[in-house]
Amino acid sequence: MTTAPALALEHISKRFGEVTALQDVSLMIEAGQVHALLGENGAGKTTLMHVAFGMIAPDAGAIRVQGRPRTIAGPANAIAAGIGMVHQHFTLVPTMTVAENLALGGRGLLRQRRLAAKVREVAAATGFALDPTTMVETLSVGAQQRVEIAKAIARQARILILDEPTAVLAPGDADELLRWTRRFADAGNAVVLITHKLREARAVADRVTVLRRGRVAYSGAAAATTIHELTTAMIGHEPIASQDAARNHPASAANTSTPTVVLEAQHVTVLDAQGRERLRDASLVVRAGEIVGVAGLEGAGQRELLRALAGRILIASGSLRRPAATGFIPEDRQRDAVLLDRSLTENVALRDAGRRRGRMRWPSLAARTRALMRAFDVRAPSAESTMRTLSGGNQQKLVLAREMTPERQHGEARGPVAPAPQALVIENPTRGLDVRATAEVHARLHAARAAGAAIVMYSSDLDEVLATATRIVVLRAGTLQEVPLDRDAVGRAMLGLA
Amino acid sequence: MIDALTPFLAATIRTATPLALAALGELLVERTGLINIGLEGAVLAGAFGALAGATAGGVAGGYAGAMLGGLLIGALFAFCVLVLRADQIITGMALTLFAVGATGTLYRALYGASGAALHAPTSGPWAIPGLTAIPIVGEALFDQPAVTYLVYLLAPLLAWWMANTHAGLALRAIGERPDAAAAAGVAVTRVRTLAVLAGGALGGLAGGTLVLAQAGTFVENMSAGRGFIALAIVVLGRWRPLGVALGALLFGAASALQFAFQAMGWGAPYQIFLAAPYLLTLAALAGAMGRARAPAALGRPL
Amino acid sequence: MRPSARRAWPVLIALGTVAAIIAAIALLLLVGGYDVPRSIDALWTGSIGSWYALTSATLVRAVPLMLTGCAIAIAFRAGVFNIGAEGQLLAGGAGATAVALTLPEAHGLAVVLALAAGTAAGAGWAGIAAVLRERFGVLEVISTIMLNFVALYVVSFLVRGPLQEPTHAYPQSSSISETVRLAHVPGAGRLHVGIVIALGITIALGWLMRHTAAGFRLTAVGENPTAAASAGEIDVRRVTARAFVASGALAGLAGAIEVLGVTYALYEDLSPGYGYTAIAVALLAGLDPWRVVITALLFGGLEAGAGAMQRDAGVPSTLVSVIEALLILGVVAAQALRVRRPRGVGAGDDPRAGASHSASDSAAWESPS
Repeated sequence: MTTAPALALEHISKRFGEVTALQDVSLMIEAGQVHALLGENGAGKTTLMHVAFGMIAPDAGAIRVQGRPRTIAGPANAIAAGIGMVHQHFTLVPTMTVAENLALGGRGLLRQRRLAAKVREVAAATGFALDPTTMVETLSVGAQQRVEIAKAIARQARILILDEPTAVLAPGDADELLRWTRRFADAGNAVVLITHKLREARAVADRVTVLRRGRVAYSGAAAATTIHELTTAMIGHEPIASQDAARNHPASAANTSTPTVVLEAQHVTVLDAQGRERLRDASLVVRAGEIVGVAGLEGAGQRELLRALAGRILIASGSLRRPAATGFIPEDRQRDAVLLDRSLTENVALRDAGRRRGRMRWPSLAARTRALMRAFDVRAPSAESTMRTLSGGNQQKLVLAREMTPERQHGEARGPVAPAPQALVIENPTRGLDVRATAEVHARLHAARAAGAAIVMYSSDLDEVLATATRIVVLRAGTLQEVPLDRDAVGRAMLGLA
Repeated sequence: MIDALTPFLAATIRTATPLALAALGELLVERTGLINIGLEGAVLAGAFGALAGATAGGVAGGYAGAMLGGLLIGALFAFCVLVLRADQIITGMALTLFAVGATGTLYRALYGASGAALHAPTSGPWAIPGLTAIPIVGEALFDQPAVTYLVYLLAPLLAWWMANTHAGLALRAIGERPDAAAAAGVAVTRVRTLAVLAGGALGGLAGGTLVLAQAGTFVENMSAGRGFIALAIVVLGRWRPLGVALGALLFGAASALQFAFQAMGWGAPYQIFLAAPYLLTLAALAGAMGRARAPAALGRPL
Repeated sequence: MRPSARRAWPVLIALGTVAAIIAAIALLLLVGGYDVPRSIDALWTGSIGSWYALTSATLVRAVPLMLTGCAIAIAFRAGVFNIGAEGQLLAGGAGATAVALTLPEAHGLAVVLALAAGTAAGAGWAGIAAVLRERFGVLEVISTIMLNFVALYVVSFLVRGPLQEPTHAYPQSSSISETVRLAHVPGAGRLHVGIVIALGITIALGWLMRHTAAGFRLTAVGENPTAAASAGEIDVRRVTARAFVASGALAGLAGAIEVLGVTYALYEDLSPGYGYTAIAVALLAGLDPWRVVITALLFGGLEAGAGAMQRDAGVPSTLVSVIEALLILGVVAAQALRVRRPRGVGAGDDPRAGASHSASDSAAWESPS
C-alpha cells in the first residue's frame, strides 16, 4: 500500500506582474526522506517553499498534507498543518529570549515555567543546547539557526523546510547540520532542503528536484543522478569549461616589475555605534591586478573592513591609503546603492555626488549613462527610465558599470568609457543573480583585474571566493589573517582552528 | 504649604488624565511599529464627538461619541497606512488637519457660528468613600471623575497584558521584527489594525475627557497640542505603560505648577506658563530620546 | 512611458485635481444643506471673479503660500518633515517688525534689513528644531509643532509687551512707517511687490533643484539617505541640516513680507494657517518649486473664495481645511499606489527589501520634469 506523500504541491503557478516565478510546478515530499530542491538564483525554489509555508498565495495549484487537501492562507495554517520553515534570513526577534521566540504565535497566557519547560523539551528532542533565558542577539549565527530550527520543532513540525541553511555556516558546522537533517528525516519526518550546492544535495538527499526558470527541470533519486545531469538541468545546457584558468595568471604578462600598491590599510580598527570593536588592528596591502578575496562568517567584520577600505566609514585608529575614487558595491544594492525612483542618469550621477560642485551637466551625464549601458549590456528603454523598472540583474550591472568606471573629472566625462578604476571594493557581487548574469559579473571582474585594478571582494559563498580570488584573507571576530588559497585552510581559519 | 499640596496633586491628576489616555493608546500603536501623528486629530474628533453625543444622550452618550470620533480617525489611519500603504507621517498630519477642519466646520454648521459656548452635561467627580480619607493624597487621587479611575486601572492592566499574554508578546514582536512575527503565524496586519483602532478610541476618549470632565464645552482646536504632547510622553515613558502613566503625571505636575506659581504672584509674563507644556515636551524629548530604546520597527515603511 | 504621453500627464492631473476639488466642495455643501449655486458663485467671485479679487485676495494670499510652499518642498524633499512653517513665519514677522520699528528712516535699506531680519529669525527658529533633531534625535514632526505653539506665545508676549502699540489698547505692534512698507503694484489693488520677490525666489529654487549639484544632493538624500551616503559619499547630516534651516528661512521671509506688505504691523493672527496649507501646496506640487507657483495660486484662490463663501453664503471657512486635508491624503495615497513595492518575502530577491529607518522612504515624490 502506498502512503500519501507528507507534503504534495500540485501544479503550483505564480506570477509577479510580468515575471513568471513558478509555472505548473509539482513536488512530492515523502516522510522519512530528505528532498533536495536545487536551482540557481531566481529559479523559484524559495518562492515555491513560501507558497508551501503560506507566505505567498499561488495563482493556481493545490497543497495536500498527508493526502488531505489543506488551505494554506498564511504561516499559521502551515504551522497547524505540521509544516515548519527555517528561513535564509532568520525570523527571530533579536531582543527577545529563546523562550519568547519559541513561544511566539501561541495563545492564551504566558507562563514562564511552561515556556522554559517547552524549551527543554525541544532541546531534548533535537539534541541542541538551548538556554531559555538567553537573548537571541547574543547568540552566534550557528546557535541562532538552531533556535530557528527549534521554533519549528516546538510547533510539532513533521515537514521541515530548510532554505539554504548552510549559507551562513562554516564548513564544519554545515556538515554537522546536514548530519542532523539526515537524522531528523530518518526519524520519520519529511525534509525539504533548498540549496544551490550540488555537493550538499548529493551528500544528504534521497531525492532531488531541480527548478529552472520556475519549472521543474528534473526530478529523481539522488543516488541515480550525476553531477553533470544536475548541472545541465540547473542551467539548461551543457556546462561551459570553467573560468578557473583566467584567474591564476598574473595581472599582466608584460609587467615585469612589482605591481603598485593601490590600497593599503595599516592597523585599522573600526568601532560600531556602541563602541565595540568590529575590526581590530587590520593590515592589508592590495596591489594592482589582484583580487583579494575576503572570507568569514557573518558578523566577522567584513562589512566594516570593506567600508573602511572604500572610505565609506570612519576608522577609529590606524591609517588608510586609497585612491580618491574607490568604487564600492554594497551587498544590498537596492537599499544602499541606488535611488529606485529616479532615472538611470541620476543614479549614475550619484557616484561622487558628495564632491561635485556647481552645475549638473545633465546632457553629458546622460551620454555617459548611455555609453555605460552599452558597454555593460544594461537592458532598459532609455537612460531616463526609472531604476525601479529595471530587472535585478540589470540594476546590478548598472551599479557595476558606475563603480567600475569613474569619471575623469568632476561632472565631466571624456570619451565613452574610462579605463578600469584603480580600486574596487565589492560585497557579495552576484547575490540574487542567475548563472548567466553571475558569469558576466565575474568576467568583468577579471577584465578589470587584467587592466590593472585592485579588487577586494567579500562573498558569503566560499566557492565563489575560492574561484575568483588571487589571494585570500579570512576574518574572524574582527581579526584579519591571510591564508593559502585552499578550502580546508580557509574553513579552519574561519572557525579559528588554524 | 501642605494644604496647597492636595489641590496641587488633584490638579496634576486632572491634567494628566487625558494625556495618559491618549498616550496609552499611542503606546499600543507604537509597540506595533507604527506612529500615528493623527493622535491630535483623534483627541479633537473625540472632543467634538463628546459634544455631539452629550447633546443627544447625556454623559454616557458623550463618552460613546468621543470614542467613536477617535475611532473614526484611527480607522482612516489604518486604511491609508495599512491598506493604501501611504506614508505614516504625512497621513497622520493630514488626519490632524482634517480633524481641525471637520470639527470646526461641523461645529459652526450645527451649533451656530456665533461662537457661543454650548454647555454639555459634565461628569462630576465620584468620590470613593474611605479612600478619600487618606491624608493629603486621598482627596487628590480618589475624588476624581470616573474616567480617571479608568486610567488607574488601564495602565497596570496594559502592563500585565503585554508581559503575560501571548497576544501581548505578539504585539511586542511586531514592533521589533514584523517579519519574524509573521513567520510565526501572527496576523500582523490584523493586530496592527486593532492597535490603531484602540489608539484612536483612547485618543477620542481623551478628547471626551476634556469636554465632559473638564471644560463642559467645545471650543475649536481645544486639544491644543495635547495629542502631540502625548506622543512625547510615549517616548518619555520608554514605551511602557507604567512609564507612560508616570510621564503623564510629570506633565500634569508641570502644568499644575504654573497655576501654583501664578497664585504665588510670580511676575513672569503669563505666556511662559502657556508655553510651558510645549517647552517641557521639547526638553523631555531631548533628554529621553537617546537613552530610550524604541521598538526596532518603529516608523519603518511597510 | 513615451515622451509625448509623459508631458501630457501633469496637465491632465492638474485639471483633474481642480475638477475634483470643485466636486468635493459641491458635495460637502450639498450634504451640509447649503445653497450650492450661491456658495460656488461666492467662491468664484471671491477668488478670481473680478480683477480686485484676483489681485487683492488671491494673489496676495499666493505670496506667502508660494514661499512657505517652497519651504515645505525643500524640507520634505530632503526628508525633513518640517511642520513648523507656521511658527517660522511668525518668527519672521516678529523679526521684521522689530527691525522695521527701530529703523524707519532708511527707506530701501530698512526694507532690505527688515526682510533679512525676518529671514534670519525664521532660519533660527527652524535651527532650534534642527539641532534637536541632529544632536538629540528628536522627531522634527513633534518638535516643530511644539515650536509653533511657542512662537505663538512669544508673539503674544511681544504684542502685549515690548512691541505693543503706544495706546496699549490692542494686542498688536505699532504700525510700521510708510518708508518701510513694500510698495503696491500699480493698478493691482492691494497686491504688493512681495509677489516679485516670491516669484523670483521660487523660480530660482526650482532651477537650483534641477541644475545644481547641491539640489541633486538634496534630492538624493531625501530619496535614500543610505545610498546617498554610501554610493554618493554625501554628507547627509549637513545636507539635511542646511535644508532644514533654509526651509525656516523661506518661511521667515514669508512672515516678513506679510508684515511689510500686507498687515504693516505684528499681531497674533498674522497667519491664517499658511504654514499648514503650505503642506498641501507643496505635496500637490510634487515638491517641485516651479509647480508650487501654480498650487500656491490654487490655494490662494481657494482660501480667498472661502472667505467670500462664509460672508455671502454662510459656509464655514474651515471647509477649506477639510478640502486641503483630503487633498493631502489623496496625493499621498495616489503616490503610494503608483509605487507598489515588490510585495513581501519570496519575490526572488531580498525578503527585506526597503528596510530603512526614515519614514520618508515610503513616499515616492514625482520627478520634476
